[in-house]
Amino acid sequence: MKTRFIKLFSWCLFACLALPEFAHAAAAKVSNIVIVADTRKFSGWEAWWTNLYNESHLYFALLTMALIPTVGVIFGTFADFLMGFIGIDLKSRGDVGH
Amino acid sequence: MEWLYVLMPIAGVKIFWPGLIILGVGVGIIGGFFGMGGAWMVTPGLNILGFPMAFAIGTDIAHMAGKSLISTMRHGKFGNVDYKLGMIMLIGTVVGFEIGAQMIMWLERLGSVEKVVRYLYVVLLALIAWMVFHDINVKKKKEAKMVAAGGDAKDAVGVEWHKTFHAIKIPPMMHFNEAGIYCSMWLPVFVSFLTGWLAGILGIGGGLIRMPSLIYIVGCPTHVAVGTDLFEVAISGVYGAGTYTYKGRTELVAAVIMLVGASMGAQVGAVATKYIKGYGIRYAFGLAVIGCIVSIVLKLVAKAQNIPILDDASTAVVLATVSSLSLYILLRFIAGCKKELAEIAAKG
Repeated sequence: MKTRFIKLFSWCLFACLALPEFAHAAAAKVSNIVIVADTRKFSGWEAWWTNLYNESHLYFALLTMALIPTVGVIFGTFADFLMGFIGIDLKSRGDVGH
Repeated sequence: MEWLYVLMPIAGVKIFWPGLIILGVGVGIIGGFFGMGGAWMVTPGLNILGFPMAFAIGTDIAHMAGKSLISTMRHGKFGNVDYKLGMIMLIGTVVGFEIGAQMIMWLERLGSVEKVVRYLYVVLLALIAWMVFHDINVKKKKEAKMVAAGGDAKDAVGVEWHKTFHAIKIPPMMHFNEAGIYCSMWLPVFVSFLTGWLAGILGIGGGLIRMPSLIYIVGCPTHVAVGTDLFEVAISGVYGAGTYTYKGRTELVAAVIMLVGASMGAQVGAVATKYIKGYGIRYAFGLAVIGCIVSIVLKLVAKAQNIPILDDASTAVVLATVSSLSLYILLRFIAGCKKELAEIAAKG
């Protein structure tokens, strides 16, 4: 257990150190233009959405990082369910060669 | 037909949403099957749908993160992901990517390097296409020899360059169980550094380079190369989605709509690898690389000679490659499913 925690800690530390470098590299490729969404066209959830984008790109980014994997997993699991339902073996790949 | 269009809250443009889903399904199938993000396919597609360029890359990366994550999970269940190898390669990819990105900025300060980068990309892709088809050719020759000798040609393999690299025994030596290889830890680190560096220089995700490198240099079986590459794409994709969104360059509504198709398509692509042997995947991958080369060459000529029609032709080549490959994979998936279900019915 202790070894696992040490490994997990090491990887987290590595991610904290390395990932900002990715951000730095990506930042250079995006020109410094601020794009503002026009909230006048919207009402309800769309107005909230555009306001969130205009007010805080940080919250918007956090929401993206949570929403994207969630949506991917939901629809991917749904596809798995459908494939399992028609009887495909989703546990082994069989002999697929080199 | 107004209901077929949705107003993008951030970009402020109306987009034909079924087009986003269809594009998502196509690139999802290809991504899950080949183990790559496929930015070169998505960006022209988004452009055709009327998407502003400022949002195309961020939206592409955001949807890529979701589809790669779910298909990594699917490949993982098939035993196609070597997580240990993926984690080790992440070190080299991060360092290499950063050095490549910094290097290209330094070169940009010296002068225009865009054309050089594009030519380098074409040469690299041509090399990859040559490797793939040379490998297939070598395998066919070996098969013919085995058959002529009265043996079984089932186990014939093509080029085995990885054996030379495995012979370099610099400690620490490591076992990668899913990949079934035993080599120096420095081999995957070096390969990932090199592919990361190239990705940084070329400004691409790197799946197109990493997947063949995992096969031909590290020595992974094709299916494990696909799964492990997707694992890397998923990690860098989630982070890329965050960083691009933070810069205000992601149209999240479009990414989510695309993801509906892409995540389901990616599962189909991942399961299709069950029904196609390793060399079938390599062959189709070679064709995808050729499609990519043709599109880049057309773009280069369009720019150099100022012929806008070639620019459109380049987009048409990309879309034709996506459509034909995803259709091919889908048909093989359906045929494989039918065969499997018939076998189950015969047994039961």
